[in-house]
Amino acid sequence: MELCSFLTLDSFITDPLTHDFMRKALLMSSLVAAVCGFLSSYLTLKGWALMGDAVSHSVMPGVVVAYALGLPFSLGAFIFGVGSVALIGFIKQKSRVKEDTVIGLVFTGFFALGIVLVSKIKSNIDLHSILFGSPLGISLSDVKQTIFISLLVVILLSIFRKDLMLYCFDPRHAKTVGINVFFLHYLLLTCLSLAAVVGLQSVGIILVVAMLITPGATAYLLTDKFDNMTVISVLSAIISSLIGIYVSFWFDLETGGSIVLAQTFIFLFAFLFAPRYGIFKLKKLFAGYK
Amino acid sequence: MEKINYQNFRIEAENICVDYNGKVALYDANLRLKSGQICGLVGMNGAGKTTFFNALTGFVNISKGKIRINGESVRSAQKDQTIAYVPQNEGIDSQFPISVWNVVMMGRYGSMNIFRCPRESDVQAVKDAIERVDLTNHLSTPIGNLSGGQRKRTFLARAIAQRASILLLDEPFSGVDIRTEKLISELFIQFKNEGKTILLSTHDMIHVREFCDLVLLINKTVVAYGETSEVFTPENITTTFGGISPDFLFGPES
Repeated sequence: MELCSFLTLDSFITDPLTHDFMRKALLMSSLVAAVCGFLSSYLTLKGWALMGDAVSHSVMPGVVVAYALGLPFSLGAFIFGVGSVALIGFIKQKSRVKEDTVIGLVFTGFFALGIVLVSKIKSNIDLHSILFGSPLGISLSDVKQTIFISLLVVILLSIFRKDLMLYCFDPRHAKTVGINVFFLHYLLLTCLSLAAVVGLQSVGIILVVAMLITPGATAYLLTDKFDNMTVISVLSAIISSLIGIYVSFWFDLETGGSIVLAQTFIFLFAFLFAPRYGIFKLKKLFAGYK
Repeated sequence: MEKINYQNFRIEAENICVDYNGKVALYDANLRLKSGQICGLVGMNGAGKTTFFNALTGFVNISKGKIRINGESVRSAQKDQTIAYVPQNEGIDSQFPISVWNVVMMGRYGSMNIFRCPRESDVQAVKDAIERVDLTNHLSTPIGNLSGGQRKRTFLARAIAQRASILLLDEPFSGVDIRTEKLISELFIQFKNEGKTILLSTHDMIHVREFCDLVLLINKTVVAYGETSEVFTPENITTTFGGISPDFLFGPES
């Protein structure tokens, strides 16, 4: 029956908008995508993909504990996110184990702790929605929290935009001219934890790292200018969220997975056809016709 | 009283030690440089050249000893942007999406407001610096599209735009074309006349003889330090390079 609606593009887009939960999901996911997309360009350039993976998984026990204690879950997530990074740094410094091993070890430990806690603490936590996200079932208090955290991250990133760019590019120079590199390091980590918290609502803990890596990687293939990279990253993240939610609505698919798949397809498109860095280099293809 | 002693020296490093997690990278190193002096830092790979630079810029902490920059602490040198560091080409991510203009503008960040909004004077300083390294035609070129020599000149321009009185250059002549080499040589003479202090690391012995008033030979610690004509002897070089003769390292002409 629903297939009839496909006959017009108009109804494909407008029909879902008649549902309150869909409007909320579209708005919230776009906001979350914008935040993650903004941060993504920094993480990609800093080479922090693995760190993003680690932090996003490590927030799991924080979310559970916060729920159990009736605290805002962002607070718990934040403490465990930053805590995991501190622990990674500590173990790396005090042992001969290599960094990627330490990262893998710590975040899986945290993640496992989170899963065990969920099973032990009797509460109304829905493990499925934490793991896979639930943008369609987002509550009003979550909406407020998401908007607050998103604005905070966007403001922080905007204020320190250029300093963070310098920190990613040449931290030694930053230090030499008296810029507080230590502060920038933890600022980026803080933003990463916060973005992971809001991101997990739309795509879940397992896939949130995609929100933090893929848009930046896509943008990196499409431009040589940092400002453009940020804009492309944000746009590609928002577009994938919208596509993902619509597709999941019409075809009854898992929403988080659909959003991330949409991002992956956009990345693949850039990978193949980016004007300068794509495999087929569209610019050259078109030049051939002139 | 102590401050007066230091005032003659732009850089004063006294018995500095640096270790990374207990592993000694540099120990009991000393260096004194005045305004207008060019000093060559010579040693094998892993001899502590980059560590020395890192200690002077405050990028790593020293575990022992004392560093004074213009008689002040490293931290106040950072605040005053007294030191500019020109990295090796290998030391930077050449694929970073950033243009020549924006790299050079980073030289001004330390003196800008928190949003790093360039003032008229910053724009002028960047323009002048880019002109001095002859890259005016590449203002908006991404650094990934530059040659090794042009990239080196970009970072030199950043140091010029910073208006630092002390320049630290890590292998300024490695991987550059003849034109850049000539331009850097000319700039060195200008810097010297402007009273800047230069510390450069190099593998090229001819450059040491050509430019450096002083030379610092290191192998985890100072092997020899002094006027190039006195200190840069085959015996000292042999000691610095762990017993390998300079003839073998640089050919019989050295």
